[in-house]
Amino acid sequence: MKVVVCIGSSCHLKGSREVVEKLQNLINDNNLKDKVTLSGKFCMGNCQNGVSVTVDGELFSVSPDTVEDFFKTNVLDRLS
Amino acid sequence: MRKFDTKVQLLKYKVLREVARIAFDEGEFSLANNFNDIAKTVTSDKATMRCCIYKERAIVAERIKLACGGNRANPNIIEVIDIACDECPASGYQVSHDCRGCIAHRCEGACRKGAISFDENQKAHIDKTKCVNCGQCAKVCPYGAISNYTRPCEKACKIKAISMADSEENPAQIDNNKCINCGACSYACPFGAIMDKSFILDAIRMLKDSNGGENYKVYAVVAPSIASQFVYAKLGQVVTAIKKLGFYSVVEAALGADIVAYSESKELAEKGFITSSCCPAFVDYVKKFYPKLTDKISHNLSPMAAIAKYIKETDETAKVIFIGPCTAKKAEIKQEKVAKYVDCVLTFEELQALIDSRDIELTELPEDVLDNASYYGRIFARSGGVSEAVGQALKEQNIDFTVDPLPCDGIEECKTALLKASRGILKNNFIEGMACVGGCIGGAGCLTHEARDKNEIDKYGKEALEKSIGDALSQL
Repeated sequence: MKVVVCIGSSCHLKGSREVVEKLQNLINDNNLKDKVTLSGKFCMGNCQNGVSVTVDGELFSVSPDTVEDFFKTNVLDRLS
Repeated sequence: MRKFDTKVQLLKYKVLREVARIAFDEGEFSLANNFNDIAKTVTSDKATMRCCIYKERAIVAERIKLACGGNRANPNIIEVIDIACDECPASGYQVSHDCRGCIAHRCEGACRKGAISFDENQKAHIDKTKCVNCGQCAKVCPYGAISNYTRPCEKACKIKAISMADSEENPAQIDNNKCINCGACSYACPFGAIMDKSFILDAIRMLKDSNGGENYKVYAVVAPSIASQFVYAKLGQVVTAIKKLGFYSVVEAALGADIVAYSESKELAEKGFITSSCCPAFVDYVKKFYPKLTDKISHNLSPMAAIAKYIKETDETAKVIFIGPCTAKKAEIKQEKVAKYVDCVLTFEELQALIDSRDIELTELPEDVLDNASYYGRIFARSGGVSEAVGQALKEQNIDFTVDPLPCDGIEECKTALLKASRGILKNNFIEGMACVGGCIGGAGCLTHEARDKNEIDKYGKEALEKSIGDALSQL
C-alpha cells in the first residue's frame, strides 16, 4: 500500500509534518513497514482541503487531529 | 514599482521581457524575425546610450542573442558583448586633468623607470610601456593629480579572469579557464557589456510543453534570498505569480539547505575539516585555484540540487527550475551529478521579466504561501548562515564536535582562508565560502543589492513555521 502525504507549503502550514510523523509512528507501532510505504509530494493540487493524503491514489483530507481515525479506517481496515 | 540598482539592469530586463513575451505568445521560433522589433521596442527613437541609434540597436541585438542562450560554442555563462565594451583606458596609474603643469616635476624625480615626460604646457604624461605601476609618482604629486585607475570589470573580478587581452583597443576578454561565473563583472560594468547567458527560452518551453501540468509538472525551487527581492510586493504574491506562469508548485531551496546542514555537519565531524559546497562559484574557485584542497570540499550536493533530487524522487516526470540570485548556478547544473536533478536556472532578474512578459501585476495578486524550511535553512542566503546551521545541526544530532567556522564572503576573504588552509595554518575547521559579498543576497542575478537585505533574510528566517532543522526534515 502506498500512502503519500502532501508536503506542499499550504499543507505544511496546516500540519503535514505532524501528519507524517504520526503516520510514521502508527506504521511502526503496527509493524506495517513492509506493507505500507510512506512518502511525500510537493503539492497535490488540493490546497483548500489540506492536509492532502492519498492511499493508493485515492485522495483524503486529514488533519493532525484526525490522523488516527484516518489510519484505522483507510489503512488498517483496508489491509485486514 | 520595479526596482533595479542600475539602468543597465533595467535595459537587460526590458530585453528579457520582450524576448519572453514573444516566446510565450508566438513561440520561440518567431524570435528570429523579431530582432528588429524588439530592438525598437527597447530603445527610443533617438540615441540615449550610444553614439547613434544604430549602434544602440546593434548592441540590443547582441543582448537579445544572450537572452536566447548566447553563444552555444562558448561554455562559459558570462559573456562579453564586444561592441558594447567601451574599451576603458588601460588600468594603472594615470595623470588626471588636475595636473597643473607645475615646474617642480616631483613625479619625474620619483619615477625610477623614466616613464614620465612633459608636454609643452608642462603637464605630465606616463609612458605605459615603461611604467610598472609602483605608484611613487602619485605619492609625491602635490595636487594628487595622479591616481591608480582600474577598469570596473577588472576591479570586480578578484581572480583576474577578465582583461583587455592583446592591446588597449580590444574589448574585455574572459579567460574561461579562470572564470567561476560569479557574475561580479557583469554587475559592475557601467556599460552593461558583460552579461550572463539566459535560459528563459528553455524555461518557457518547459512551461508551455507541460500544458498546465497535464503532461508533466514543473516545480520552481526558489532560493531564500528571494525575501530581499521584489520589495514592491509581498512574497506570497510572488509565489502566486510563479504559479500563474505555469509552475505547478513552488518549493523552498532552503529545505534543501536543511538537508545539507544535517549531512554536512556529519561529514565535518567525520573528517575534521571541510569547506562548504553550497556556492558553486566558490567550489569552482577551489577546484581551479586550490586543486589540492578539492577533496576538502564537502561532498554534499548544493541545497538546490538536494531538494531537486527529493522532488524528482517523489515525482518521476517532474521538471525542476531553480530561481535564485546566482549566475554560477547556471554553470552548476551542467555538472553530471546535478544535471539529472535541475533542468533550468533562472535569476530573479529573469523571473521579473517573465512575470511582466505575461502582464501579471504582482501587487494585485492574492497571496499564496511558501513554507517548508526552518530558520536555519533560510539564513543560508546570507553570509554566516551556513556556519550557524552547521553548528545547530551538530547540536540537534548530539554530535560531539565543536565547529569553529570561518564565514568568508567575497572571493578576497575566501582566498585568504584557502591560502592559509593550503599551508596548514588555518585554525578554523570549517570554511563557509561564498563568492559574493554578503552571501547570496549579493548575487549578480539579484534585482537589488542593499545593506538592509541581511535583515530581510533574518526576518524571513524567523517567520518559518519550523524552528529546528530536525523538525523541517521530519516531513521528508
